[in-house]
Amino acid sequence: MKNFVFSLFFGLTVGLVPAAHADLAIFATVPEWGALAKEIGGDKVKVYTATTALQDPHRIEAKPSLLAQARRANLLVATGAELEIGWLPLVQRDSGNAAIQVGQPGYFEAAAQVTRLDVPASVDRSHGDVHAGGNPHIQLDPRNVLKVGEKLAARMAELDPPQAAAYKAGFAAFAGKWQAAMARWEKEAAPLKGVAVLVHHESFSYLFNWLGMRSVGALEPKPGIEPTSGQLTSLLARQPTQPARMVLRAAYQPDGPSAWIAGKAGIPAVLLPFTVGGTPEAKDLVGLFDDTVQRLLKALK
Amino acid sequence: MHKRIAMVAMLAAAFGANAADNSELAAIRAQIDEMKRAYEQRIAALEQKLSQAEARSVAPAPNPAPVAAPSAAGVAPPANAERPQRSSGGASSFNPEVSLILQGQYKQMKDVAERGITGFWPAGGHDHGEGAIEGINKRGFSVDHTELVLAASIDPYWRGQAILAMVDGAVEVEEAWFQSLGIGQGIGLKGGRFRSGIGYLNEQHPHMWDFADAPLMYQAMFGTHGSYANDGVQLKWLAPTETFIELGAEIGRGANFPGTDRNKNGSGAAALFAHVGGDVGVANSWRAGVSYLNTRAKARSAHFAGVSDDEVEGLFDGRSGTWVADFVWKWAPNGNPKYRNFKFQTEYFQRREKGDLTCATPEDAATAVSCDGNTSAYRTRQSGWYAQGVYQFTPNWRAGLRYEQLDSGSRDLGANAASFVVDSYRPKKATAMIDYSWSEFSRVRLQFAHDKSMQGIIDNQVTLQYIMSLGAHGAHKF
Repeated sequence: MKNFVFSLFFGLTVGLVPAAHADLAIFATVPEWGALAKEIGGDKVKVYTATTALQDPHRIEAKPSLLAQARRANLLVATGAELEIGWLPLVQRDSGNAAIQVGQPGYFEAAAQVTRLDVPASVDRSHGDVHAGGNPHIQLDPRNVLKVGEKLAARMAELDPPQAAAYKAGFAAFAGKWQAAMARWEKEAAPLKGVAVLVHHESFSYLFNWLGMRSVGALEPKPGIEPTSGQLTSLLARQPTQPARMVLRAAYQPDGPSAWIAGKAGIPAVLLPFTVGGTPEAKDLVGLFDDTVQRLLKALK
Repeated sequence: MHKRIAMVAMLAAAFGANAADNSELAAIRAQIDEMKRAYEQRIAALEQKLSQAEARSVAPAPNPAPVAAPSAAGVAPPANAERPQRSSGGASSFNPEVSLILQGQYKQMKDVAERGITGFWPAGGHDHGEGAIEGINKRGFSVDHTELVLAASIDPYWRGQAILAMVDGAVEVEEAWFQSLGIGQGIGLKGGRFRSGIGYLNEQHPHMWDFADAPLMYQAMFGTHGSYANDGVQLKWLAPTETFIELGAEIGRGANFPGTDRNKNGSGAAALFAHVGGDVGVANSWRAGVSYLNTRAKARSAHFAGVSDDEVEGLFDGRSGTWVADFVWKWAPNGNPKYRNFKFQTEYFQRREKGDLTCATPEDAATAVSCDGNTSAYRTRQSGWYAQGVYQFTPNWRAGLRYEQLDSGSRDLGANAASFVVDSYRPKKATAMIDYSWSEFSRVRLQFAHDKSMQGIIDNQVTLQYIMSLGAHGAHKF
């Protein structure tokens, strides 16, 4: 009986395996890397994006659908720096997919390709849900996107040698387009230099680093802890001495706290797409930055 | 008095010494500072060498495009200044990941001499130490066992995890297993002591439960521990389909209730399970499953009320087969559970036991019971279910309701029915809870239960519970 069960088991396994993938199957944890992989790979890749711009990437669950997708992926593109720590390790382990485990070529960590900001000197939860690897929201600096893209294209070529030339060309085309766009954004965003803002969560550190903006406070008293009335009042009290020009939040964050402080301080509350799909305009990576810059400029007026 | 003078003298002496040493201290500090500077310079030099070496080893790799081609406006990234940092990778910068679960409660309930579920075999389960009452059934203040979790990748092929439960004077190995990472083809192999993959709640540890106690169903199936763990191996296979389809099989020692530990070669328990799941739109996800557990028992002992004697001991030899069906539905607006979400969960079980029951005299009885040594056929068929819903209405607050009912079903004790009291009863329990979480790592819960699991007793229970986890950020199952 037992033997029968096991042979049935293996029989099923072997029988269903030849569902081989013609395309490189990419599992992207967040929309920005899904979009980037699509830019590089075009029709040579099949991209599955695990989350949307309306979901907090810290707090996703290891859903059955994610396991099923991870099982079939050739390449897992994650942000890393502990952003997906609450769910991705479980998805990897329970996927039965040896290719996408940490340390394998099929596991790509975007944050490992760039210099991270806000790396804490000490990791203690009394500071909230801090990430030992630094701030993981690296995608809002277009220079990071370019760096990640270069490494990602190389990784895709390594995993799928027959299409290596296509990935190379795909990245070259993207890089050309991107650098032209970056020049445009930087010119347009010049008035934003030195502008002080409040943020809901420290989601925009890399954006500020790129555009020379300044965060003068977060609505969250500690990373990952929801805004408290105490925190909001103390930020408001600082407004006369350390005025913020606007308060920013990502598409997945609730509007209540930033609307409250915006109303009291008389500054605009700005929703930023944060990633691809966060606003109707942020349809792709270029749209993401176009819209981000436009929304910031509009709030400045 | 003398003591005080002596103390003052000592203090004065200590401070005096302190003052005298100040100049010496300053000298030492200066020396240390100088050493620090020297080391920092050396480290910086080494780091530079390392990065140069890395750059050299990376250079031969195909460079897909000339990124540095400066754009017209000359906004090329300052590549020189930004050296990629090494990612901490994995689940934690510690190796192994260590976490500790602190859990305790205040519980108010009736004082019932021998708690159990009327109409069901007293599953006992996991009492710590002789004559101890299970933590979950203690009245007043108590600390549940403290769980220490150690986990890490062993090498590129295996991962290991141990969960140790500590209570006064004892450490229990709750789980200690290794898991394959490198087999591929959707195959997962696990070996050691692990919570079985049957049902939904079975794999979850108490700190992940939505209520302060396990459903009656799990207590009836596996004892107050509320889960089935086995020493053995588990093989799982995930189908390469868009719909989640997972099949699993386990064999093992089968030492835990409803089986017993036996001195025997071969396996004492086997389990099979199948899970399917998926999403409905972006806001809903679900999982359903069916599982079967087969165990063998030898002289499984429990005390029963006797017909003519106060108490008789029953010894069961035979096999026990348990079917479990489970279903979970989760909803969150836009699939973002952080702010609001709802979880519905229900499970049903049916257990058949077939074998012999032998009557024996309890150890502490003064005289032999009338049926002492009688053996007769034993056959039962019992079932039960629970359903619960938990709604998280703010990032911090959740509220939940659970209703459950068991059916003692048919219990055929043969000739022994003349000596054992065979209750026919439908235990019921309704529970409401509300909990508050400061963060993902700390939670306090207030729970009210209207418990009619014991015939003739209505037990209104109040539990105030805390659950705190510290250390590595654990990833929780769906």
